[in-house]
Amino acid sequence: MLNVQGLACARGGLPLLEQVSFALAPGQALVLRGPNGCGKTTLLRTVAGLQPALAGEISAAPDSIAYAAHADGIKGTLSVRENLDFWAAIYGTQGISAALEQMNLRALADRAAQNLSAGQKRRLGLARLLVTGRPVWVLDEPTVSLDVASVALFGAVVRAHLGQGGMALMATHIDLGLPEAEILDLTGYKARLPEPGTGGFDEAFL
Amino acid sequence: MIALLTRDLRLALRAGGGFGLGLAFFLILAVLVPLGVGPEPATLALIAPGILWVGALLACLLSLDRIFALDFEDGSLDLLATAPVPLEAVVTIKAVAHWLTTGLPLVLISPVLGLLLFLPAEAYLWLILSLLLGTPALSVIGTFGAALTVGLKRGGLLMSLLVLPLYIPTLVFGAEVVSRGAQGLAVGTPLALLGSITAGAVALLPFASALVLRINLR
Repeated sequence: MLNVQGLACARGGLPLLEQVSFALAPGQALVLRGPNGCGKTTLLRTVAGLQPALAGEISAAPDSIAYAAHADGIKGTLSVRENLDFWAAIYGTQGISAALEQMNLRALADRAAQNLSAGQKRRLGLARLLVTGRPVWVLDEPTVSLDVASVALFGAVVRAHLGQGGMALMATHIDLGLPEAEILDLTGYKARLPEPGTGGFDEAFL
Repeated sequence: MIALLTRDLRLALRAGGGFGLGLAFFLILAVLVPLGVGPEPATLALIAPGILWVGALLACLLSLDRIFALDFEDGSLDLLATAPVPLEAVVTIKAVAHWLTTGLPLVLISPVLGLLLFLPAEAYLWLILSLLLGTPALSVIGTFGAALTVGLKRGGLLMSLLVLPLYIPTLVFGAEVVSRGAQGLAVGTPLALLGSITAGAVALLPFASALVLRINLR
């Protein structure tokens, strides 16, 4: 269960979004839409706990969120298997073979990650979500550099995750083939810029 | 946590990991000093403690910016910050990994380099002991500096300027232990001060490092 109420968030000291509210129940997916720079990534980073919210409340079960950013966090000199083993150990889960299988990485398991193509790296980055064993996936443009077949593959993985009672919150421009996913357009939540001069002297130093 | 340590050690040892950078610098310095100063054993023996400690300190400084920069660039740091490992533990493990790949090799090679600099025989024990006690502080303080400057493009200069003043007490007392040892004087006081700096840094700085890292990741 993920519940966001009246959330406002800022990037670089500039308020981007305000009064964003939504809720996700097990099995639900929510797709964030909006033009570049409207605050999708900022909202996702706030929900993931990487930055504090300006206002509002995010309630989720403790240790339930797995975050996947633009960057995959892959170490080039480690093999695909070593990369996944590391994250499995960090999250205290067992076995990466299911993740390798589902993201079609079995044949690449022993190859150094620096020799993968961009799309293969992305698949490895997404396979990390499967080894976290967490119910709420927070995804930032998960389909970047994936080909059509891999997008379909990932769509199926997300659907299987939802089918097991998981949740997904994602920002994406590409249709993942999830007709049941709700869509939240962020253009309506744009924060009004603060009145100039009201921030006080301290603003210059924040 | 063990997984993070083994990953960092594995990354350091593989191609491009930067293991040996500090070691090579230390070696070059100790080889070049006799060439520059002249082969007079008495002169070299006099400056050897200081040269060895300054060399170890600069060798440590050389590899500091790698502690967080690489993880920041490829996004691992964001993912580690959202992982179920406290950030305090992450920075501690990073400092331990830095010490194991930089500080410990320096300690182990220092007697050989002491030989090159005509270090008096009675000082070897104190050289190893003082480096063993002092280099962990260099790694922990350096991790704090690296956390302060993570995300800055080419933050190496700023980091050096921030970290060097914090290194000075360790350098002063470390070199003092070795030069007193070389003259056969009592080393208890500088050794105790060196140890207390390390203990204080290890106990307090991981919390500060985690805090500034959290701010820098926003």
